[in-house]
Amino acid sequence: MRFLRQKFLGQTLAIAAKDLRSEIRGKEAVNASVSFALVILLLFSFAFDLEPEQIRDIAGGLLWLVFAFAGTLILNRSFARELVNDCLDALLASPVSGAQLFFGKCLANYVLILIVECISLPVFAIFYNVRLPQRLALLFLVMLLGTWGITVIGTLFSAITVNLRLRELMLPTLIYPMLIPALIGAIELSRALITGNQLAESLFWFRVLVGFDLIFTILSLALVDIVLVG
Amino acid sequence: MRLKIIVTLTAIAGLILAWNLYRIFLDVPDEASQGAIFRIIYFHVPAAITAFTGFYAAILLGIGYLIRRDLRLDSIAASINEVSLAFALITICTGSIWGRVIWGIWWTWDARLTSYFVCILIYFGYFMLRRAIDDPTTRARLSAVMSIFAGVEIVLVWKSIEWFRTQHPGPVLEIRGGGGMAPGMEAPLWWNFLALLMLSTALILIRTRQETMKIEIDGLRRHAHAF
Repeated sequence: MRFLRQKFLGQTLAIAAKDLRSEIRGKEAVNASVSFALVILLLFSFAFDLEPEQIRDIAGGLLWLVFAFAGTLILNRSFARELVNDCLDALLASPVSGAQLFFGKCLANYVLILIVECISLPVFAIFYNVRLPQRLALLFLVMLLGTWGITVIGTLFSAITVNLRLRELMLPTLIYPMLIPALIGAIELSRALITGNQLAESLFWFRVLVGFDLIFTILSLALVDIVLVG
Repeated sequence: MRLKIIVTLTAIAGLILAWNLYRIFLDVPDEASQGAIFRIIYFHVPAAITAFTGFYAAILLGIGYLIRRDLRLDSIAASINEVSLAFALITICTGSIWGRVIWGIWWTWDARLTSYFVCILIYFGYFMLRRAIDDPTTRARLSAVMSIFAGVEIVLVWKSIEWFRTQHPGPVLEIRGGGGMAPGMEAPLWWNFLALLMLSTALILIRTRQETMKIEIDGLRRHAHAF
């Protein structure tokens, strides 16, 4: 059992390390994603002309829109980068299961999206003069949970759309409606933390977020072989 | 045989709907607080239940396809989803008309309405995905996966009026824990549900035939190109 667990984790981490290494060398997706996040932050400044209190009220929403939009660029590349030289076929033919391939890619995407979020968060705070909450660790916990929701659904749908025409358009159209429960939860919790409101009222959303992550992780792991292999 | 079933179902559904229209408009009295507009519930709720019944049936057919790999199951699932989506749109339109009269607004971002809208968007995505895939087996496989994901989302919609504080009226019917309607007022609602279910079955039969023919034509076209 322990051997199997180690083997599963070992191969999963190998896939994640391969993706991260490839991204660190090329920096294609991260550069595009960070630039896109900055562009959205800039556009928001023209769209809204608000008082500081009002900005704090909508900061959670703005932040998660930036994360979701910028994250999609990373997710889009996740399986698409394997199309060159038929790498995806080679990966599927290798002794790595669909679940390991999916989980490895999920981990790599998770790290990359978190990097983009960690860059955008202070930029957002500076641009919009929003004081980050004293309970910063809790905000990071919300980011960890919300981002996992985005990553797990995004990676599975990246696998579904990898061979489609217009996959860059299809992915956001398919995943955003699916992500709404997780996004609402993350937005509500972030808003409560940034405005300094009582967290007790928002605890329900914490449960929604954890439940969403668990359900869709299990569902994705169960269905990924059907998506990738057939 | 199929044509006879379609004609019979449509005729019976038409008769029930005509009889129900007479009862709803001339027999059933106005509701005490809402007045005449409450009658929209006789189409709003049955359309919503028909849509959900269809979506769930399509999920089961999707799972069935993944087990048996029979393309006919996928054709039926796609037809059911298409008809159910039409009923979901009817639900949202009738609800919106009711909201304009009772709430004074066409739309509000309330939990039930939002989750229903999300549900509709997911099924738009389902059909976009189907159109983007040419190979029938890949299309069937990925549509089945998408259907299962949508099913989880439907549970959120179904439970939203219980989990969240919402502006949408709470459950009315007794089977969902509501106070129930006055005797004689509830019967047309269930008859309408039966009529809409029969109508949707007729539409599904027509669409399934078209889907099956489409697969046959695509197969023949590929066969012709091979020579």
